[in-house]
Amino acid sequence: MTHPAPADPSSPDGPLLSVRGVDVGYRTGRRTQLTAVHEATFDLYPGQSMALVGESGCGKTTLGLGLLRLLPRTGTVSAGNILFRRKSGDVVDLRGLAEQDLRRFRWNEAAMVFQGAMNAFNPVLRIEEHFLDTFRAHESRTRRRDLLERSAELLAMVRLDPARVLPSYPHELSGGMRQRALIALALALRPQLLILDEPTTALDVLTQRSVVEQLTELRERLRFAMVFITHDLGLAAELADRVGTMYAGRLIETGTTRDIFHRSRHPYTSALISSVPPVVGELAVPEPLTGGPPGIDALPPGCSFAPRCPRVIDGCTTTRPELRLLHARDEGLSHAAACLRSDDTELSTEGATRD
Amino acid sequence: MAVTTTAPAAGVWGTIWQGVTRSTSGLIGLCLVLSVLAFAFAGPYFIDPHNPTDTTAIWGPISSEHWLGTNHEGKDTFVQLVLGGREPIWVGVAAALITVAIAVVLGGIAGYVRGRVDHVLLQLTDITMTVPFIVLMLVVASFYRTSSPLMVSFIIGLVTWPFLMRSIRAQVLTLKEREFVEAARLQDLGTARILFVEVLPNMAGYIFINFIIAITNAIYAVVGMYLLGLLPSTADNWGLMIQQAWDNNAFLLPSAAPFLVAPMVMIMLFQIGLVTMTRSLEQALDPRLRDR
Amino acid sequence: MIDPAAPTETGGRSTDPAPDAAGDDPGTAPPVLSLRGARQVFSTPRGDVPAVAGVDLDVRPGQVLCLVGESGCGKTTTARMAAGLAEPAGGEVLYHGTDLRGLDKRARAGFRRSVQYIHQDPYASLNPVRTVQSTLTAGLRRHGLVKDGDQARRAATALLERVDLVPAEDHLDKYPHQMSGGQRQRVAVARALAMDPEVIIADESTSMLDVSIRVSLLNTLGALRDDLGVGFLFITHDLAVAKYFAWDGEIAVMYLGKVVEQGPAPEIVNDPRHPYTRALVSAVCEPDPDLARTKERVRLRGADIPDPTDLPPGCDFHPRCPLYEQGRCDTERPPLVGSRGPRLLACHVVNGAG
Repeated sequence: MTHPAPADPSSPDGPLLSVRGVDVGYRTGRRTQLTAVHEATFDLYPGQSMALVGESGCGKTTLGLGLLRLLPRTGTVSAGNILFRRKSGDVVDLRGLAEQDLRRFRWNEAAMVFQGAMNAFNPVLRIEEHFLDTFRAHESRTRRRDLLERSAELLAMVRLDPARVLPSYPHELSGGMRQRALIALALALRPQLLILDEPTTALDVLTQRSVVEQLTELRERLRFAMVFITHDLGLAAELADRVGTMYAGRLIETGTTRDIFHRSRHPYTSALISSVPPVVGELAVPEPLTGGPPGIDALPPGCSFAPRCPRVIDGCTTTRPELRLLHARDEGLSHAAACLRSDDTELSTEGATRD
Repeated sequence: MAVTTTAPAAGVWGTIWQGVTRSTSGLIGLCLVLSVLAFAFAGPYFIDPHNPTDTTAIWGPISSEHWLGTNHEGKDTFVQLVLGGREPIWVGVAAALITVAIAVVLGGIAGYVRGRVDHVLLQLTDITMTVPFIVLMLVVASFYRTSSPLMVSFIIGLVTWPFLMRSIRAQVLTLKEREFVEAARLQDLGTARILFVEVLPNMAGYIFINFIIAITNAIYAVVGMYLLGLLPSTADNWGLMIQQAWDNNAFLLPSAAPFLVAPMVMIMLFQIGLVTMTRSLEQALDPRLRDR
Repeated sequence: MIDPAAPTETGGRSTDPAPDAAGDDPGTAPPVLSLRGARQVFSTPRGDVPAVAGVDLDVRPGQVLCLVGESGCGKTTTARMAAGLAEPAGGEVLYHGTDLRGLDKRARAGFRRSVQYIHQDPYASLNPVRTVQSTLTAGLRRHGLVKDGDQARRAATALLERVDLVPAEDHLDKYPHQMSGGQRQRVAVARALAMDPEVIIADESTSMLDVSIRVSLLNTLGALRDDLGVGFLFITHDLAVAKYFAWDGEIAVMYLGKVVEQGPAPEIVNDPRHPYTRALVSAVCEPDPDLARTKERVRLRGADIPDPTDLPPGCDFHPRCPLYEQGRCDTERPPLVGSRGPRLLACHVVNGAG
């Protein structure tokens, strides 16, 4: 694979998270297994924000859950390494971490904000209980009053009124408030990495806007790195420094946000982007993408996107293209695409002039 | 994106078949049920049904001539066993059919129509549930000394439907709120059609499971009634065999053991088969249990 | 039943103005469905919630009226009243000028069939135990529009082709769980179409689909509007969808049970005047990193919607409104009145200045 040479995660200016050739599979029967994510490889540097985009069923959430090994019982990370540089400076492979160490690792080093804030909270516990539980699981000695004070600070950070929110039950809060409370909770132990699964999907436009603004603000203040999974390309354009497009379980294009939105080199990425027209301006007629992604149990030979691709050539149905480096940059910001025709110029003409 | 681990099979019967065969215990259950059915329904064609009384061979031992010995009248136990399965199984199935039919129709109507109808039907279940079954059977048996098997299943069916009716009503109440039912109303399809064609087929698996459970219950009820001597019968019958064994103190005679034990074993095998089959069916039809 | 010989043009959205079935100027064709002062109140343990507080809307043949707003603004309740699925607590719903409550049995059946409703969730709105063909033809068989299996199959094929689910043969015998969300939603549209409707009410019908699928479904709906003259009451929270689908039609923006701004789609999206509409438009995440960084944002004074059981006096939006003027906005409720051009607006400040 002509990927940039793996950076050394143990050096202090190396990546925070280095994902190397990770496969994630689900057990489907006694002896059968489906691989939902194939050979995911990327480096995430401290403070970066990366969006994983794609249609549903393309493996985004599976990869996100796999990174923290939060997969459902039938799922496993079946190959590769997930190297993470702890706050202490030593590097661990999350794949080899014992369940007990893993629990300590989550929240402290990396936290996850799940899709659907309602289900992430226990409905019979007040919000303060959730905060206290999280703190207590990791530092048992601190007094309740101090912990509540810290919880209040966290909630204030996401512009929630602690006096109103802390004693409330989850169902007494609106969707937006729950989502913000969940983000505050995830940040309770100052993790270096936050993984968010569809953080704004169920929210209204105005609520989504306030969550986006708060995430941007928090990131500037606390300098955590972020991986977020979304099918909303607008959110990716707004919140991410870099984007990875996934299709049929593979990363098929990675690059900076500008690379992806203005100079995309994979026909799937461009099709995805052109299917959401901007709200402002005259009517743009989007190109519809026909059909749907293939099932992960029935991938076509060659490039998985070939059956839907408007630019398919003979080779596409036989050779599976590897991620190919197009424009090398430091800190994992290189532009790479997995398309046999990624060198053709005609793909994204309108974007090239804008930069 | 969560991956569905088992693709649902096409149609209800497909799901039922898959549910029974996907686990070893389900398969064993199915085999047990089929063998008992074959024994009781195909068996009579392979033996000589002529089974004369023979006073010279009362409580005869197991021999090559009498595979399971003979009974208190010198009749061959094995022949009786082969001939005696049809009636209790028939009665059980017929009673279960009646129970399920009443429960599904009344439960469906009560849940879908609501209002006064629902109220009246619920009162009816309350009344039926308080009727003491055994007493009713005693009364019926004393009036009709020649109770036919069909009559028996009818009575069992008439008193056992309320429990199933209530759970079907509850399920219809939730199904009714589903959007596809509203979509059917938007098509102006009519109440009867929506209830019986759109709503109830969604519960087919559940109804089928309850049908099997109803069979097991009805068979125990029938055997119990024979045992209590409530039902005089001339035909060979597993329940009657146990009752005769009881009446003739067979449990005191070691040589009479086969006559007592054989029908009990047959009934137990059939019931175990049905229960294990149902267990794996439940797992297949309930998505919450499916992935365990 | 739709005419199987009708042009089954697929894909591309026709950019021509809608050829109106009636031949009149579509803008002035008499409305099929109208709401007049329609209101709906829900009782909750904490008090009555005025879910819809007096809404006037007209749906005309071949035209799109798009209701936009946040969740809880009453757009779904409005749609359900318009579809006859909920009885209004006040005001009236008119079908060809007659109040629904005044329709006789026959006319009521006519209304029931010619105003169809498409649910949001195609996973819940199709009966899981029925095949596509059986779902599509249940209504046709019930109303005697098809006589035998052959006819039913032909009708179902024509319907599937109409909604671009081709080859239709491949889908007729499938069960819902064998299809993707987009395909199921097309089946739901085809089922509505089987009743030969004058108006389709689509409640967030594309919001559960992937972006890539959304556009092609909108194109299919657009073809029904243009070729068959179906009128749409289209409910969405997504301004990009509203803009795309209602470009030749109207958008009405709802806030807490009332329409606050209504007008032609291009004007509403590109020149929003009500501060709430402006906030909505500016809050959208644009799929362009440069635009996202340069776009002007409207800052609201408060992030959360007020408690619907305890609404503030005056304009409902005033606690959040950046243009709030004390003494006017918090005392008197602004009426929805004509502003410049073909636009309705409910705002003291903007209407006073304009």
